[in-house]
Amino acid sequence: MISRTREMLIEKGLFLTAIFSIIIIILLIVLFIFREAIPIFQDYGFIHFIFGWEWAPSDGEYGVFTMIVGSLCITFLSLAIAVPFSFLCAIFMAEIAPQFMRRILKPVIETLAAIPSVVYGFFGLIVLVPLVRTHIGGTGFGILTASLILAIMIMPTIISVSEDAIKSVPLEYKEASLALGATHWQTIRYVIVPAAIPGIITSIILAMGRAIGETLAVIMVAGNVAQIPSSILDPVRALTSNIALEMGYATGLHYSALFGTAVILFIVIMILLVIANYFHYKKKIVVGGGYL
Amino acid sequence: MDIKWKGGIILIFVILIYLLLRPGVHYERIEIAGSTSVQPVAEKLAAEYMKKHPDVKINIQGGGSGMGIRTAQQGVVDIGTSSKSLKPEEKDGLREYVIGKDGIVIAVNKENPINDLTKEQLRDIFSGKIRNWKEVGGPDAEIHVIVREEGSGTRSSFQSLVMKDTKIRKDAIVQGSTESVKQAVKQDPYAIGFVSMSHMSDDVKALKIDGVQPSEKTVADGSYPLVVPFIFLTKGEPTGVVKDFIKWVFSPEGQNIIRSERIVPAIANVSDDD
Repeated sequence: MISRTREMLIEKGLFLTAIFSIIIIILLIVLFIFREAIPIFQDYGFIHFIFGWEWAPSDGEYGVFTMIVGSLCITFLSLAIAVPFSFLCAIFMAEIAPQFMRRILKPVIETLAAIPSVVYGFFGLIVLVPLVRTHIGGTGFGILTASLILAIMIMPTIISVSEDAIKSVPLEYKEASLALGATHWQTIRYVIVPAAIPGIITSIILAMGRAIGETLAVIMVAGNVAQIPSSILDPVRALTSNIALEMGYATGLHYSALFGTAVILFIVIMILLVIANYFHYKKKIVVGGGYL
Repeated sequence: MDIKWKGGIILIFVILIYLLLRPGVHYERIEIAGSTSVQPVAEKLAAEYMKKHPDVKINIQGGGSGMGIRTAQQGVVDIGTSSKSLKPEEKDGLREYVIGKDGIVIAVNKENPINDLTKEQLRDIFSGKIRNWKEVGGPDAEIHVIVREEGSGTRSSFQSLVMKDTKIRKDAIVQGSTESVKQAVKQDPYAIGFVSMSHMSDDVKALKIDGVQPSEKTVADGSYPLVVPFIFLTKGEPTGVVKDFIKWVFSPEGQNIIRSERIVPAIANVSDDD
């Protein structure tokens, strides 16, 4: 009897913890951000706020469109740099690398993931900015530099999650493919990678989340100019940087506009997640009763 | 087993509640928040003061001049700090204590041959009217203008001292702190930026403005044109330990610490206090 009530209590406890940690916390955060952002949407206009090109709080101009473009540019360029490398690296580590190499690579990649973003930012400021300025052009502060730094930061995420996805493809698939006479490479190309694609897309979603949410490293190297870029060497301001740069000084409508920026960031992330999840779902391979 | 667990949990709770509610050693507290430029000197002052008065705890936070003014007005902190002069509408109900003066230094790369600019040239460079160094007698290269973010005390002082009603060019690179402005100027031979004099170091070159070299002396005698005040703000008349702390800041001892942080002291204001 005692053990049954105890079991029930534990179950309820787990249930409450789950509900609290996921739903309530997210709801509270979202509610709070939206509540603080309401004044800017009312006074300045939602459409005006999203599509305005001018960000000049001291003149009462609060358009974030340039920053939406900036954030997306940095995020997609960093993904374009990081995904091919990480994808190939994951295949290598999961399928081809000999045991001793895996033992070296794994901890190195984990270390890469554990370095704080401010260190990456500082590295970017000291090393990458002058490199880009002297060898490629511009001031060194810009989309390219920020994307390079972000690419290094998100590679560990993509590599480890993709590697797990590739490794979790059932051994029978590989055995069947090899038994049919396919070479190792053909097996990887036509069996293992297609079966692991949903997991790989998940890794890209996670990486995208990190890239778009990264603040400090981007502040240090992106130049933070609120403008529509005309080349990848132009400085841009990301949505997150905007909040972090000006939060300390903001009062009144400006303060609300920064929360408005957070709402826009939230919406942008939601849209990207929906798109990414659609592909994730579409690529699932149905085998028998379930899917991989 | 059960009893042990419960006993343990109850014990932890009791300890937690005790820690939260314990009477504790009685400290007088002073909360200070505001300008990040004032922060280092305020920290030095606080550390020295706490050494003398072990029963006083002083907490110091950054956040910017705007935040210092706001939180002082709201009474959230005992002392707000600002590194810019207050606008008339911001002064409402606040007492100002100018604890010292700092200069704004125009910094360029050490490789840059330029040594001297006039205020007009400076305004034209930062507004984007002059875009090439050769227009002011330098090499034929584009000028990379580096500024601080909107709301920064140094930026708004620079705006009011140099730019007046002219706007800073929109495509100037924005950096979030004095150190990163310096870092950017240090690496880029064609960059120009402004930093506060107390944060100045040898790795970038300070320009003369209208022929005057920025230094403690020229800031003190008023010949250097770009000077900002360091201000302590209190809501109404300070009382008790806050009053005592401010009084101590204006004593010779406090002013010596201010001087050691390379800020020009302003003893003249001590008469406000009593």
